[in-house]
Amino acid sequence: MAIKSAMNRMLAVITAILMSTSLFGGESHEGETEHKFNVNEMIMHHIQDAHEWHLWGGHDGTSIYLPIILMDGGIKTFSSTHFYHGTPMVAVEEGTGKEHEFIAGVGPAEGYAMYHETIYKMDHGTLHFEKGHPHNAAPIDFSITKNVVSMFMTFFILILVMFSVAKFYKKNGAVAPKGIAKFIEPLIVFVRDDIAKANIDHHKYKKYVPFLLTIFFFILVSNLTGLIPLVQANVTGNITVTLFLAVCVLLVTVFSGNKNYWGHIFATPGVPKALLVIMVPIEIVGVLTKPFALMIRLFANITAGHIIILALISIIFLNQSAAWGALSVPMALFISVLEILVAFLQAYLFAMLSALFIGAAVEEAHH
Amino acid sequence: MVGSIAAIGAGLAVLGAGLGIGRVGGSAMDAIARQPEASGKIQTAMIIAAALIEGVALFGVVVGLLGLNPAA
Amino acid sequence: MELVTPDLGLLFWTGLVFLCLLFLLVKFAWKPILGAVNAREENIANALELAEKTKEEMKALQAQNENLLKEARAERDSMIKDAKEVASKMIEDAKGTAKVEAEKQMTAAREAIQSEKAGAIAELKTQMAAFSIEIAEKIVRQELSSDDKQKALADKLVEDINMN
Repeated sequence: MAIKSAMNRMLAVITAILMSTSLFGGESHEGETEHKFNVNEMIMHHIQDAHEWHLWGGHDGTSIYLPIILMDGGIKTFSSTHFYHGTPMVAVEEGTGKEHEFIAGVGPAEGYAMYHETIYKMDHGTLHFEKGHPHNAAPIDFSITKNVVSMFMTFFILILVMFSVAKFYKKNGAVAPKGIAKFIEPLIVFVRDDIAKANIDHHKYKKYVPFLLTIFFFILVSNLTGLIPLVQANVTGNITVTLFLAVCVLLVTVFSGNKNYWGHIFATPGVPKALLVIMVPIEIVGVLTKPFALMIRLFANITAGHIIILALISIIFLNQSAAWGALSVPMALFISVLEILVAFLQAYLFAMLSALFIGAAVEEAHH
Repeated sequence: MVGSIAAIGAGLAVLGAGLGIGRVGGSAMDAIARQPEASGKIQTAMIIAAALIEGVALFGVVVGLLGLNPAA
Repeated sequence: MELVTPDLGLLFWTGLVFLCLLFLLVKFAWKPILGAVNAREENIANALELAEKTKEEMKALQAQNENLLKEARAERDSMIKDAKEVASKMIEDAKGTAKVEAEKQMTAAREAIQSEKAGAIAELKTQMAAFSIEIAEKIVRQELSSDDKQKALADKLVEDINMN
């Protein structure tokens, strides 16, 4: 991990230097490109959730338009093509005079507008911006977004793989694994022994193994699908997903906390009564920061990986020269391979730290 | 401009974390060299400590990302 | 800011997918897989234990065999010893009996010889007495054949008595 962080940092610096220089190439094309390529915007667009599955090409390229489900006084369902092929509009922010581009929906999406993949209700036919954000009301968006589709994929992959493994054991009994079971079993045993058993009291760890296994494989498969070209949804690099996983860990920790655990929080042994006034809030914050750090760690690691790959690929477009591909493609490939390692590492870390927190919650007092 | 300052802040956060993780890694190497038979336990402890430090660094990175975000 | 703002819709779908996944996997995947893996590990542990036990048993059996062998050997030795003793005793006995018999025979022979000898001596004595009497008779007859001679003898006898 330390190596990975260092690598990431080094490459980020190199990328920044390369991107900031227009010394090599690009100058002759500057006149031709009307719309300047904005790396920031492109990267931010790619790492965020989307209502379409963009496959290739520009605005008129190939996309799968995903269904939009809005809760706005009843459920409204329509295809996202009504946004992506809607009417581009520009709103001027009052006061600063800043211009914001957004898309007004057409057809069934009439009356809604999409700005940076968020859907708002239009007011008097436009959006009103304040401090860079639309101030309009927003319907609750239950759309099947790219991340949701990717999660469905993860779901089906896991169900398919794990059920076939389970079938193998059901059919053959307790024998040496073969085929896919041979590949999956070491991972399962690893989670059971090195994550659960190593961190949770050995009388109680069995109860938590299924939860840890599910968390581990969900994160692992999500991380890995995020690296597949054309899929590349940033599921585990989405704060909502990691938030949910962290809340799950928090709930499991809190509900399995025993007397000893709560005793350490509300009446830390050996601490004078007067100090408890300070200690108790700190301990409570400590309970919350642990899963919070889990959430941020997974989100930031996966997002950072995606950003670096995208930034490296951006070098080509920034310099408007395919020759830069000779540099950026091998580097992007290297980072992609590194990200496979990170995918395993982060799944392991998330599961292991969860086990550590659960282990602390169920630990018996030592005398 | 805001983006650049946030990036400097993120860089500083990462600097501290880098030093921290470096120390953790170095000490773990020392410990493993001294007691190769305990390398498994040391590795686990090292990963946990490094992960906790990395968490702090990532807070910095996230703040940096917020600064980079054109929408912010 | 959108980057770190949780989205309600996505939260809902994440929750749905994850909880479904958790439920299905726990019920239909983890349970049988972990069960099988645990069962297999138990089997292996049992087999190892059994092997260990068998080894112990083998060792015990071997020790027992050794003991048996030792006992058998000891028994055989003692039997041989006994047999030897019996044999030597029998020889000894036979020797003793033979000696006694021989002695007996010798004694009997000796006695026979003695008695024969005594008989012979007695006969010899009788014979000698008869011979002596015969000789004496002949001599006396001769001595007493004339008066002179009878007188000389009487004198002589008287002389002998006087001298006494």
